[in-house]
Amino acid sequence: MFNQILFLYCAVVIIGTGLLAVRFKNPVYSVLSVLVLFFHMAGLYLLLNAEFLAAIQIIVYAGAILVLYLFVIFLVNLRQELTIERFIASRRFGTFASIGLGVCLLAVIPSFKLGAKGEYPVERIEQLTHTKAMGFELYSTYILPFEVAGLILLIAVIGGLVLARKNSEDVDNSGTDACEVKK
Amino acid sequence: MIPLSWYMILAAILFSIGTYGFLVRRNIIIMFLSIELMLNAVNLNLIAMSHYLECLRGHTFTLFIITVAAAEAAIGLGLVIVLFRNKKTVYVDHIKELKG
Repeated sequence: MFNQILFLYCAVVIIGTGLLAVRFKNPVYSVLSVLVLFFHMAGLYLLLNAEFLAAIQIIVYAGAILVLYLFVIFLVNLRQELTIERFIASRRFGTFASIGLGVCLLAVIPSFKLGAKGEYPVERIEQLTHTKAMGFELYSTYILPFEVAGLILLIAVIGGLVLARKNSEDVDNSGTDACEVKK
Repeated sequence: MIPLSWYMILAAILFSIGTYGFLVRRNIIIMFLSIELMLNAVNLNLIAMSHYLECLRGHTFTLFIITVAAAEAAIGLGLVIVLFRNKKTVYVDHIKELKG
């Protein structure tokens, strides 16, 4: 009973803050409401006995990724969403497509059937602790994907450095052909 | 005990919200943020299913998805910075040099 109430609370907050995040005009408010969403997502992970992933969710998503978003927003320094001429008039299409997608996804859920049970029931994970069980899986069955994940992070580091580097020759004429922001 | 379908319904709704944000908003930073919402919906689905299937595949997959999301945020926001440095805009409607 308590679990269900906790789930419903987290679900309501997640849907509410998700809607707010895509509706707010100010991007800083959007990022902050996504922050609340990520914390409640971590709460749901705790309900599902995934405490290591809940910690990762808070540390990596809320701690690192969203701070990166906030830094970029402050660097770009936007106050409000501008009303500009749209390249493609896609607002009505976007609303229609996303509602249609949601209805389709919800309609196929009742036909889902669970497959065969695996070898990690809740009692075994609780006995091993979740972090240790995940470590066993990660370093035995999924060792190659784990290495590839490290490579992806290395590429992200190099790509971020290359992209953010200022080219000394381009500094002088970087602002000349910038298109005007209509107020 | 919470039924699995509750988690799947929540994930479906969150995924639709992410799609809505990606299609409707014109600020490229908010579009990236909508992608994060969609990734979170998928993560929730994976963890819920692997909890009810009593295996750890979904958990490991979620860890990899979080890794890829971090890499994507770093590179994507680096691209936004370069875009802003060159074009002084982050609105995708301003980026139309290839329009005939």
